[in-house]
Amino acid sequence: MSRMLQLKLRIWRQGGPASRGSFLDVDAHDIPTDASFLEMLDIVNERLLEDGIEPVVFAHDCREGICGTCGLMINGRAHGPELGTATCQLHMRKFKDGDEIVIEPFRAAAFPVVRDLMVDRRAFDRIIEAGGYISAPTGTAPDANEILIPKDVADFSMDAAQCIGCGACVAACPNSAAQLFTAAKLGHLNVLPQGQPERWRRTEAMVETMEQYFGSCTNHGECHTACPKEISLDFIALLNRDYIKAKTKNRRLASQA
Amino acid sequence: MLDAKIPAGPIAEKWDNHKFSIKLVNPNNKRRFTVLVVGTGLAGASAAASMAELGYNVEAFTFHDSPRRAHSIAAQGGINAAKNYRNDGDSIFRLFYDTVKGGDYRSREANVYRLSQVSANIIDQCAAQGVPFAREYGGLLANRSFGGAQVSRTFYARGQTGQQLLLGAYQALAGQVAAGKVTVHNNCDVLDIVVKDGEACGLVIRDLMTGETRAYSGHAVVLATGGYSNVYYLSTNAMNCNVTAAWRAHRRGAAFANPCYTQIHPTCIPASDDFQSKLTLMSESLRNDGRIWVPRDAKDTRSPELVDEADRYYYLEEKYPAFGNLVPRDVASRNAKTVVDKGMGVGPSRNGVYLDFSDVIAADGEQVVREKYGNLFDMYERITGENPYRVPMRIYPATHYTMGGLWVDYNLMTTIPGLYAIGECNFSDHGANRLGASALMQGLADGYFVLPYTIGDYLAEKLGDPVVPTDDPAFTESVTAVEDRTRRWLTVKGSLTVDHYHRELGKIIWEYCGMTRNRAGLEKALNEIPVLREEFRANVKVLGSADTANQSLEKVNRVDDFMELAELKVRDALHREESCGGHFREEHQTEEGEAQRDDGNFAYVAAWQWQNPDKPQKLLAEPLEFEYVKLTQRSYK
Ligand SMILES: Cc1cc2nc3c(=O)[nH]c(=O)nc-3n(C[C@H](O)[C@H](O)[C@H](O)COP(=O)(O)OP(=O)(O)OC[C@H]3O[C@@H](n4cnc5c(N)ncnc54)[C@H](O)[C@@H]3O)c2cc1C
Ligand code: SF4
Ligand code: FES
Repeated sequence: MSRMLQLKLRIWRQGGPASRGSFLDVDAHDIPTDASFLEMLDIVNERLLEDGIEPVVFAHDCREGICGTCGLMINGRAHGPELGTATCQLHMRKFKDGDEIVIEPFRAAAFPVVRDLMVDRRAFDRIIEAGGYISAPTGTAPDANEILIPKDVADFSMDAAQCIGCGACVAACPNSAAQLFTAAKLGHLNVLPQGQPERWRRTEAMVETMEQYFGSCTNHGECHTACPKEISLDFIALLNRDYIKAKTKNRRLASQA
Repeated sequence: MLDAKIPAGPIAEKWDNHKFSIKLVNPNNKRRFTVLVVGTGLAGASAAASMAELGYNVEAFTFHDSPRRAHSIAAQGGINAAKNYRNDGDSIFRLFYDTVKGGDYRSREANVYRLSQVSANIIDQCAAQGVPFAREYGGLLANRSFGGAQVSRTFYARGQTGQQLLLGAYQALAGQVAAGKVTVHNNCDVLDIVVKDGEACGLVIRDLMTGETRAYSGHAVVLATGGYSNVYYLSTNAMNCNVTAAWRAHRRGAAFANPCYTQIHPTCIPASDDFQSKLTLMSESLRNDGRIWVPRDAKDTRSPELVDEADRYYYLEEKYPAFGNLVPRDVASRNAKTVVDKGMGVGPSRNGVYLDFSDVIAADGEQVVREKYGNLFDMYERITGENPYRVPMRIYPATHYTMGGLWVDYNLMTTIPGLYAIGECNFSDHGANRLGASALMQGLADGYFVLPYTIGDYLAEKLGDPVVPTDDPAFTESVTAVEDRTRRWLTVKGSLTVDHYHRELGKIIWEYCGMTRNRAGLEKALNEIPVLREEFRANVKVLGSADTANQSLEKVNRVDDFMELAELKVRDALHREESCGGHFREEHQTEEGEAQRDDGNFAYVAAWQWQNPDKPQKLLAEPLEFEYVKLTQRSYK
């Protein structure tokens, strides 16, 4: 059965990308433990609206932990206290009566604040556009069963492909690096037979685009802890290996040209 | 009369003949055309990428911050294809037959046949893109049977098939962005379609980050904007799914077909309270092993594990011995409603039924169950705080998919020349009920393999024509209308929130036009909806400004369109004096309580033509002919 919580919230408010932000203190009364974290914010927003205060802007959509739209820093942790759980899947029963909860946007230079708790993560699209795909124009594909993929390889690829592109890894990283996100896409494509022809080109282009926007990885591992899909750090190791190989191979090819 | 432009000839040859006979745009000329694609879900992203590969210039629009966030990402179960990899007798004809029958004989045979034909190409295409489908140890693709199908034709990627297919299409799109053939406009809410001299020539957006209104012009416009289950407020759809782009096209002249056909999915987590914002789907595959029951005695409030076998009412197993818990979605849903309406529901709000795994856990062990359903059980526990390995899940039906949508002809063109509709936002292939794992198939069929061909037939005639400039009066009128409408909400200064009105609308439509409908209820809804709409327009409270990100302002336009759609939906349900698939009129049922069709009077598509705000839509009918599938009464006894 649902119980009611009395909470003290400190919510980040910021008018726009160029404005200075500050915290709004809200006493959130009677929050049901069965509510999700975002439903708690819905309740708070309805009450703010009734009081004539503009609701807090936050991004969300599927509320099932799959679209990657949501993402908040909750008491300094990306997506909050529960491991392997996106903000929208976090429920209030994980909190105690009387708790103070600090709610902030994902912070990183590459993720400018749009408004309040909403940030702009389009830099991720730039990394994918740099090479995060297998070129297979519609109509050119052979019969699907002509490409044999051992089950363990398909499973390994799927482990990486699960990334939801939420950006928690970046928000959690002291350097705002995007290694885990980039490694997840490289891991997905680079281990598949279909991904081999573009492997080295893809790796170099994606890593270099990533470096234009994001900080450098110094192996803290905070990204993995924050990741709602618990993407393994092994994929970062694979990224590093492939990047070194890509540099030598691509250089060799260039010198032959 | 509507002309569906169905090609002549035997059904198996129609599509090939059509591809041969339609006009083509030669490869060098394709770059002289600009196509605007609204939506980057499975349908939109696949269409945009494929058209760009052919050489067209594509501008893609999404209200999301990235194309990858479209609601297609949430599909769990899988995608059908007539590959017959399992050697179990599947074929193009069988998939076609199952889809027409499953749709309760209210879809167009020619379209469904084409869908079955291209289904196999979709799997090839996606595998080539690197979609990590489930595999057997030998490296071949794995399949499962899904949604009561008698063959194993469903391909899947764990419980995240929609995610992986969408990422495949999104990545193909990203490749075309890098190639300079596609421009993606993120965070752009399309609020009007521009029509000049009867043809679609552009659209008007509001930038959700800055509030700016802008117009874009193209030679053709494609809507791939998904479904409108959120008219019910609570549904399994993502929070931002809406009908706005399709509705605005409807108001500009595109006929809207079969709005009363809605699919209610039987296995969702019941609402726990008023604050609930959405309902979560639990995969249908759970019905393979879970047993559905309620206590026989409505007053029996014992905890489920204490209820003796004899006191449990396994109502599906008792009523449908052959299919048991695996009856089709609509049948399972209606039966759950019946027991809950009788006061036999379980859980704190008595609004659910049990889905019990104790037998399979006892027989196969917890580990086997964990391997099959671990993710789903974890998700259930996260949401409800209850452990389904120990206590039965509680489930209840929820709105899930809308079979109705913009009317399109065989070329996927709406009744506005130059305006196309693909994916869930059209009405075309599922009739009155969609089979599991068929929406992903249809979205990708439309986007990868149908539209890229058929659009050429329209564009070929326009070779050399410039796009209509955005300072043309057709555009400026539309931009002004959008700006006025947006700003007007800020001047209402009413007292109740957008969500309040959306919830109220949801209650009416769920009560009277949900799982079952009857004349008295529909007439009541027809009185209540316009009253609610007027109150909403006069009393909604939207704060802030139109010149920044403003989520209430985003929502208010959508709810306003839902209010109009809801009325048409009810009118459609009232006019259709029969039961079929997802439309169950209590007056029309067999003695066994099954849907009773009236093929003599209602074997047609009901497409509604907008007239003006004060005059209800006009009914245009497209008669349906069944040459290859014999009309029969469905029976699952
Ligand atoms: C929980 C769940 C599970 C499902 N599981 C399955 C399954 O296992 N198998 C299956 O076959 N089907 C399944 N379905 C159904 C299937 O997922 C959808 O029908 C399908 O993905 C719809 O794809 P689409 O491309 O038509 O639309 P969507 O993916 O909904 O995309 C709509 C796009 O349009 C854009 N858009 C909408 N309106 C506007 C506007 N006004 N301005 C700008 N952009 C706009 C959005 O941003 C988005 O990009 C499931 C559905 C749900 C809800
Ligand atoms: S790697 Fe994990 S944290 Fe990073 S974007 Fe992907 S899902 Fe989010
Ligand atoms: S809202 Fe989609 S992942 Fe949280």
